[in-house]
Amino acid sequence: MVKPKVIVITGYGINSEEETAKSFEKAGAAAEIVHINDLIGNPKKINNYQILAFPGGFAYGDDTGSGNALANKIKNNIQNEILKFIAKDRLVIGICNGFQILTNIGLLPGVLMHNNTARLECRWVWLKNTSQKCIWTRDINLIHLPIAHGEGNFYAPPEMLKKMKQHDQIAFKYVNENGSPADRKFPINPNGAMEDIAGICDPTGRIFGMMPHPERFFSFENEDGWELKKEKLIRENKPLPKEGDGLKIFRNAVEYFNS
Amino acid sequence: MAHRIEIFTIVNDTKSAVMQQRLRARGFMVEAAKVVEVYTINKDFTNHNLQKIAGLLANPITQTCLTDNYTKNTDFDFALEIGFLPGVTDNIATTAKETIEDFFKKKLKNEESIHTSTLIFLKGKLKKEIVEKIAGNLSNPLIQRAHIKSHEEFATEKGMDIIVPKVRLKPPKKISEIDLNISDEELAKLGKEGIPDKYGTRRGPLALSLDYLHTIQKYYKKKKRNPTDIELESLAQTWSEHCKHTIFAAEIDNIKEGLYKGYIKKATEEIRKAKGKNDFCISVFKDNSGGILFDKDWVITDKVETHNSPSALDPFGGSITGIVGVNRDCIGFGKGAKPIINRYGFCVGLPDDEETIYRDQKLKIKALSPKRILEGVIEGVNAGGNQSGIPTPQGFIHFHKDYKGKPLVFAGTIGLIPRKIHNKPGWKKRAKPGDKIVIVGGRTGQDGIHGATFSSEAMTTSSPATAVQIGDPITQKKLSDAIVKEARDKELYNSITDCGAGGISCSVAEMAKESGGCVVELEKMPLKYPNLEPWKIWLSESQERMTLAVPPKKLKEFQKLMEKRGVESTVIGEFTKNKRCIVKYENTTVMDMEMDFLHNGLPKKKLQIFAPQKSLPLTFPSRIVEPSNLTQTLLEILQRPNIASYEFISRQYDHNVQGGVVLQPLQGKGKVNANTSITKPFPDSKKGIILSQGINPAYSFIDTYHMAACAIDTAIRNIIAAGGTLDHLALMDNFCWCSPNEPERLGQLKAATKACYDYATRYGTPYISGKDSMFNDFHGFDEKGKAIKISAPPTLLISSIGVIGDITKAVSLDPKFSGDLIYLIGETKEELGGSEYIAHQNFIGNSVPQVDAELAITIYRQLEKAIDKRFIASALSPAIGGLAVTLAKKAIAGQLGMEIDFGKIPFRKDFFLFSESQSRFIVTIDPKNQKEFEKLFKGLPLQLIGKITNDQNFIIKGIISTNIATLNQHYRKTFSSW
Repeated sequence: MVKPKVIVITGYGINSEEETAKSFEKAGAAAEIVHINDLIGNPKKINNYQILAFPGGFAYGDDTGSGNALANKIKNNIQNEILKFIAKDRLVIGICNGFQILTNIGLLPGVLMHNNTARLECRWVWLKNTSQKCIWTRDINLIHLPIAHGEGNFYAPPEMLKKMKQHDQIAFKYVNENGSPADRKFPINPNGAMEDIAGICDPTGRIFGMMPHPERFFSFENEDGWELKKEKLIRENKPLPKEGDGLKIFRNAVEYFNS
Repeated sequence: MAHRIEIFTIVNDTKSAVMQQRLRARGFMVEAAKVVEVYTINKDFTNHNLQKIAGLLANPITQTCLTDNYTKNTDFDFALEIGFLPGVTDNIATTAKETIEDFFKKKLKNEESIHTSTLIFLKGKLKKEIVEKIAGNLSNPLIQRAHIKSHEEFATEKGMDIIVPKVRLKPPKKISEIDLNISDEELAKLGKEGIPDKYGTRRGPLALSLDYLHTIQKYYKKKKRNPTDIELESLAQTWSEHCKHTIFAAEIDNIKEGLYKGYIKKATEEIRKAKGKNDFCISVFKDNSGGILFDKDWVITDKVETHNSPSALDPFGGSITGIVGVNRDCIGFGKGAKPIINRYGFCVGLPDDEETIYRDQKLKIKALSPKRILEGVIEGVNAGGNQSGIPTPQGFIHFHKDYKGKPLVFAGTIGLIPRKIHNKPGWKKRAKPGDKIVIVGGRTGQDGIHGATFSSEAMTTSSPATAVQIGDPITQKKLSDAIVKEARDKELYNSITDCGAGGISCSVAEMAKESGGCVVELEKMPLKYPNLEPWKIWLSESQERMTLAVPPKKLKEFQKLMEKRGVESTVIGEFTKNKRCIVKYENTTVMDMEMDFLHNGLPKKKLQIFAPQKSLPLTFPSRIVEPSNLTQTLLEILQRPNIASYEFISRQYDHNVQGGVVLQPLQGKGKVNANTSITKPFPDSKKGIILSQGINPAYSFIDTYHMAACAIDTAIRNIIAAGGTLDHLALMDNFCWCSPNEPERLGQLKAATKACYDYATRYGTPYISGKDSMFNDFHGFDEKGKAIKISAPPTLLISSIGVIGDITKAVSLDPKFSGDLIYLIGETKEELGGSEYIAHQNFIGNSVPQVDAELAITIYRQLEKAIDKRFIASALSPAIGGLAVTLAKKAIAGQLGMEIDFGKIPFRKDFFLFSESQSRFIVTIDPKNQKEFEKLFKGLPLQLIGKITNDQNFIIKGIISTNIATLNQHYRKTFSSW
């Protein structure tokens, strides 16, 4: 089986590139971290990869709006190469700041505004998969993941939202642990996002953006509350799991190229 | 001509909502506050291009823009604009500039610039005086300007004015000679107030005492010349308390080698010797951080810094530069460690203390209130830590009324570095003669001049404004990534250090020790604005800069890499071996001094002023009436700021970036603040880094020896409770003292330092790094103009760092299952002196907790075994607030009931419940392990005190009866609106 190759972008304050690359590797891909300036210096390089990942971080410190300045840099320099890349059968993921970058480039619709609490929120949330189309969320129903962002409040004007729904683009919604809707209630919906939207994809299902961080849940001990699960398993004489659920998302991408 | 772009948010305008809320919370009853982002573009553009720029800076869905125009919306009464003063770091403007340059593919010229400001349209029944007050409240005059227009003025003058805050300096005088043939009185003035300029005003304190100046006088007499201003400033920096720790180095009574060598360093040396081949120390006390082994291939580093004085003046700026600054202590360890965890700690005045104090006798300059300070310092670490992508799972807040004048802001960073890089020790470095001196990162401006000498002086009106700086985490992030993720492993440099206090005057001179000398050409330094005087270039403490020694044959590759990573790098000179520190400016030699005199010329202080600790007028706790309703007392104590939940801080600090956090800062279903965290730095290894701390300033009012012992024990037992081991555990000391010129304070310092030696050697936990800050006093005036002095309590922060072999054995604090047994391990004595309970009754008390290290070690060893056997389902060590608070926190965390019965209580019930005796634990276990668990503690103080229940009741038999919801509600009340 050939490992799909992933380009994980870094630079200018992106800060989750290592754990993102690591998660892809654990899921069976070959990941390479590439500085945005190196890609701008050699735009054709992008053709060596099947998957493009924009990790989380604070590109340009969120100055001029989260994701905006790095998106400008991409639009100013390698817009065409990116458009050619996505025209092929390729996958793209943007996580947190990466999601903000994707909306600012225009590869995904909508905008991520300031959290309703007006401050960064670092906590764990439950998500429900609400799209049949999204490649990245296949075979996931409910998933527990961490968030850490100040601007994750998704918004799209009514017309845009309508279109998104028509194309089955709403991939993840914030929900209660039992799967019932968050109804924009804090902290189940941690930022006030419209319709509890946590992740979306493009009409093809291949370009995906989400606010929560699957790459921060690659091992069992990452999960909030794992200590209780551990104690239960020990008392039941069961082995402790090794992997975290976050890897499922990366594995979906790898399987897309291997099936 | 300059242009203006105003950006209005039209969807979900959080900034305006927050502004209105904030103003109302501060007592300004505005009806609305509309916040508008303003960019001032100091370059000529056509309106067409200006609109394009606006498009780059605004979001098309949620924002609209005005270019060179003003709003015709009349729904406001006053317009208030807040912008930066010239020369103050403006990060957003820097990004905007880069975006604009990239878009037009054309660099801005030197005289062109971009600036940002914030425009606020205020609506309400407001008078100009009130709006001026609002301006004063929202801006800091040290770094910002405020400009107010009424609605009418705004309309007739067609909007706000275009203001370009550029620094314009006259071409500098290269060098001044300072005549030292002056009277002692004049000398003393020179030391206290600084070098006079031609108008007679002084540059700010050199903080050189008379005996130091005499030594300098003698040196130049021998040289048959006078010093230059740069030489004198340089000596002042290098010999400052901040850099040389003169008090800790001074001979004090019978301790000839001084407190540092005689107690702290000695403890480490003895412990390392005793550990023999199990010694895990790698690099201690000699580098920017301390380093210990993580495993056979990796070294972890730790360092905690303080940024007290700057935080008192500008809390946000002080704390962001604190955290981003200590990150550089990590990047500057060995060949460069990667920052992987941040720590924080804030000691501030009481959050509800609104009584104003002033810096000046005319009552014009208000000191910031504890609340404002706390808000600012929290925000600073938020911005610095989050933007740098370093998790911040570890920290604390502590309140005492005497931190009102001078808050303490602790910031720490843990780093990771390979033990060997290309077969050479990663933790060692050495600049070689011939290596180029290269400065990387941010540019140099007037920032922080006299920062090092400033922290050697108590805070008064003359505290210099230039001591305030703003951090730029992204510039540093780029630099950090380029160094520790790329250049280091390519071996592109021989040595690296941080530009911290004293700027390059300290960093270059410090590295020059490795090679044996240096020649610097100051005019080559990249500056933020032209015409900065040479002495200021040499001393500037502009942030985000590091100094490297790059061998000439690697220079090209190094500079190319930096350029590709958007990091500015500049050669400013060369390391030599000629034993001199030579500094030139445009071919004129402005400094030429023997390295030996610069570093070792200072006379050693001799402090023979030890006076035995004065016993304070204490009130015996027996005068406290035992409350009839201890349930009520517990609920009150849970609301005390030192005990209440500070979840709001933990939530706004990203603690899971890098994917390593295992024991989180908020634990259990009920999310209780933990005092210990564990981080797994490698995804495929089970090893973890375990962190905690201990701090008990309230005990200092009674006895600093026991205060220090308790801080050490707390920092250690927190680690043991969560699964760490005494075998792999190191400490760091941060002394924040006050008035060290007073014999009594020195006596307290000596006692605390002695405890540091006594207890570290007993526990076998070496110090690996430390820092002291000696002048935490505020000299000012009360509301009546009466002079006051507020000294921070003598404070010792002990931070602990250990390695846990198997993170799946980590123990969180929350009880897990009903039916589990609850045990109290350790002895509870009538030790309430300095306790939170006594403070709640407005007393200090006298029986401060004392630590029995021998008993503690036996207990810790057995608990280590019990955790290793997976017997312990949850553990938490009682600290401030004692047993009652610990049990309550556990119950809240587990969201499970508790039924406790202490049986016969040996002394007063209230004292028993709230005593702060050390070395104790509350643990819960699965009943099936009862026998084996109890066997482990045979002969040790162990008591089965109750069980976890299925209901939500919290019962301590005969004393306390309440429920989890009530406990929880009180625990969260104090900071619920923060």
